[in-house]
Amino acid sequence: MLNDIMIGQYLDRNSIVHALDPRVKILLVILFVISLFISTTLIAYSLLGIFIIVSTLLAKIEFRYILRSLKPLIFIISFTLIIHLFLTKGGEVLWQWRFLSIEEEGLNLGLFMAVRLIFLITFTSLLTLTTSPLELTDGLERLLEPFRKVGVPAHELAMMMTIALRFIPTLLSEAEKILKAQKARGADFESGNLIQKAKSLIPLLVPLFVSAFRRADDLALAMEARCYRGGKGRTRMNELHLAAKDYVIGILVTVFLLTIVILS
Amino acid sequence: MESLIELKDVYYRYQEQEDEDWVLENIDLEITAGEFIAIVGHNGSGKSTLAKLLNGILLPTQGEVRVGGKVTTEQEDLWQLRQQLGIVFQNPDNQLVANIVEEDVAFGPENLGLPSAEIRKRVDEALRLVGMTDFARAAPHKLSGGQKQRVAIAGVIAMRPDCLVFDEPTAMLDPQGRQEVVETVEHLNRQEGLTVIYITHFMEEIINADRILVFADGKVELAATPKELFTKVDKLRDLALDIPQITELAYQLSESGLDIDTNIFTSTELVEELCLLK
Ligand SMILES: Nc1ncnc2c1ncn2[C@@H]1O[C@H](COP(=O)(O)OP(=O)(O)OP(=O)(O)O)[C@@H](O)[C@H]1O
Ligand SMILES: [Mg+2]
Repeated sequence: MLNDIMIGQYLDRNSIVHALDPRVKILLVILFVISLFISTTLIAYSLLGIFIIVSTLLAKIEFRYILRSLKPLIFIISFTLIIHLFLTKGGEVLWQWRFLSIEEEGLNLGLFMAVRLIFLITFTSLLTLTTSPLELTDGLERLLEPFRKVGVPAHELAMMMTIALRFIPTLLSEAEKILKAQKARGADFESGNLIQKAKSLIPLLVPLFVSAFRRADDLALAMEARCYRGGKGRTRMNELHLAAKDYVIGILVTVFLLTIVILS
Repeated sequence: MESLIELKDVYYRYQEQEDEDWVLENIDLEITAGEFIAIVGHNGSGKSTLAKLLNGILLPTQGEVRVGGKVTTEQEDLWQLRQQLGIVFQNPDNQLVANIVEEDVAFGPENLGLPSAEIRKRVDEALRLVGMTDFARAAPHKLSGGQKQRVAIAGVIAMRPDCLVFDEPTAMLDPQGRQEVVETVEHLNRQEGLTVIYITHFMEEIINADRILVFADGKVELAATPKELFTKVDKLRDLALDIPQITELAYQLSESGLDIDTNIFTSTELVEELCLLK
């Protein structure tokens, strides 16, 4: 179970959203987030909401996956809502109990902020649901490439992400193994206060780090033996190519989002 | 025939001090194209060091190493040399780079800067040669040890090398995985004509080698064919090496007075030999 967490939540479907070039998707998500933060009107938000729903349908992703992505953030969303409900004052008083009161402005702003967060999370998770980690890394590498001249190590970052994706499951299962081995030797990971608990992690972390460094050593050796010498002169098996559909969809969505921003 | 790999008077030590012991001492070796060379020897006898000298990861303190006529100390030829001579290491987990099998196999050819279509072709071919075509889109961490090791082999042969070096490729595998890897290696040597240098602790795996080199304390102690070597049971014991169990059994049977040949490597051979007894 642990293993599947990091491989991302990517769902392999045969849809037009999946087939879109990752660079286009990343740029559109950024544009969406910007529009989301600029627009303030109800109309704009309704349109953005419809846009999310249509994209999800086109991507052939069931809504429960989208909802699932909200789960870890329910706390933050409700927190935002409650803070605004009680602390933002102005307008008609809707409800009062001793010193606590909810006023119109608070309700509006609270709901508005909550919806903004929900839109933000659902749309970005649509990106990771429809784009494999590998495509994402490739897309990011290519998008960052122009910034290489100002010192952004585009290839190195992408290579780090690739290796992290490859080794996180390995290290997780190793951590599990060490945990069991230490428990079998009587190590206690559960009882005690916070400090004691943190201390009890040492026999887990030390062997894990030692092994991670050994793996890194081995991997560097193996990569060198396979002629790796950085990003220079390296080609890819699956080069990214912008097709007609990427341009068409990219332009259409951009126009749509810009219209919303201008209208609001 | 022209030799593919040539070591001339090679000495190596990790530290540069004069009084430091040699890790490899006076190694003279010639390997012809297409040969299957096995290397055995006790822990710390310098086998892995030799493997790293072959592709220029380590450079000899004295002497020279040549692969396909190119010297490992020549910086310009180094990448071409590493394309020509690939190494498969012991731990299958620590040599796979990408989180999808075919992407990993593509890693080497990508480093060579080949065009996409050519990489695709080589990846498919390499996966087919190791029998992993069905797993092309799988994640490495979901494969068995033997399968991972075959992916690692595919990653190296996708670079179209002339020679493959294996440094204890089966040491971390279960019997099933070992079998898979050994069969793959023998296939690559016989059918594809690749030169193989195979380092191992398991004598059973190298009964089909053309030559076995026995390393001890950084020197080549013995060089012989499997048939010659496994009859030197006492000598091998002195060097703290095993012999194949069947050979050992035949040897002990003959020691205890049975009139049988000790030149036996498989159980079928032993059964036949025993049936000949009156
Ligand atoms: N990086 C290093 N720095 C210093 N000494 C090393 C290094 N690597 C190996 N050695 C030493 O060199 C000698 C030969 O090591 P090598 O790894 O080549 O042996 P090996 O035959 O591969 O052994 P094994 O069967 O255990 O794999 C050993 O004595 C070892 O301690
Ligand atoms: Mg070794």
